[in-house]
Amino acid sequence: MSEIADKVKKIVVEHLGVDESKVTPDASFIDDLGADSLDTVELVMAFEEAFSVEIPEDAAEKITTVKDAIDYIEKQKAA
Amino acid sequence: MSDGAPKISAKGTLMKGKRGLVMGVANDRSIAWGIARAVAEQGGELAFTYQGEALGKRVRPLAESVGSSLVLPCDVSDDAAIDETFAAIEKEWGKIDFLVHAIGWADKQFLRGRYVDTPRDAFLKALDISCYSFTAVARRAASIMNPGGSMLTLTYLGAERVMPHYNVMGVAKAALEASVRYMAVDLGSDGIRVNGISAGPVMTLAANGIGDFRYILKWNQYNSPLERNVSLEEVGGAGLYMLSDLSGGVTGEIHHVDSGYHIVGMKNPTAPDITVAGN
Repeated sequence: MSEIADKVKKIVVEHLGVDESKVTPDASFIDDLGADSLDTVELVMAFEEAFSVEIPEDAAEKITTVKDAIDYIEKQKAA
Repeated sequence: MSDGAPKISAKGTLMKGKRGLVMGVANDRSIAWGIARAVAEQGGELAFTYQGEALGKRVRPLAESVGSSLVLPCDVSDDAAIDETFAAIEKEWGKIDFLVHAIGWADKQFLRGRYVDTPRDAFLKALDISCYSFTAVARRAASIMNPGGSMLTLTYLGAERVMPHYNVMGVAKAALEASVRYMAVDLGSDGIRVNGISAGPVMTLAANGIGDFRYILKWNQYNSPLERNVSLEEVGGAGLYMLSDLSGGVTGEIHHVDSGYHIVGMKNPTAPDITVAGN
């Protein structure tokens, strides 16, 4: 697993207070990890801060799973 | 974003023996939380209100971390709910010494595009929650506030000047600032002060709903006299001043905590040119 993926996973575990084993790539923040709509906004803000990236609203709306977040940040970091 | 802001650690007894209510903490990035923490570090005793359980579950652990167990729901658009909140506080504490109102709301849909297109219902709801709620809670708070008490609300430069996307919130904040002055007169004879803090942009949960907010942050960082954004601790420190006896001679004031941005008339010539896309 990449460093970014590791860090994303850690942030999700910390923020949502869920077990690490549940934070699989396909896990949906809302459907599988018990996030509410404010959690999803807070998660995006936490990702922005942790990775020094900017995630505009239209992109943030498409980040619904752990993998979505990892892919987006990896793409930003590669650019 | 607020890189360069001095680290503030101000433990003391400035607020010892004072009790007050903080309305509008959403999470640990909230400006209201910055103020609450600063007050708690100076020995102030705090109660919190929240709107809806999604915020309640965020506020409770924060309240607990500053030794507060008085955490109450309060829908500020409902007079009976406000009555109930203040009755509960009076029952618990009798009197209070300060009030922090950090509540605002407008339908996100109208925080972009043109202000002139704001429909009546969106306008009324924004003004109700963002302006009238302060009047409504101030009236109740005044009835149980000790002389020497202080009330504080949060506003933004968009009340005084046009800021892109701020739209109906700018109009609501202008009304809020006017209400600070009227209430300062109304409550002055009871020894109660009413002030506002006009904070520079801070990336909060609420700010996240404002269009191109990251651009606004960057613009302020480049063009404010201090060439940086303000930290939560700095707004907290100003809030502490406003709520404590240090500001005993100050009322009806809108205090800018914005790295000085409000005095600037033009872009800093040395600031880089930035655009909304890819800023």
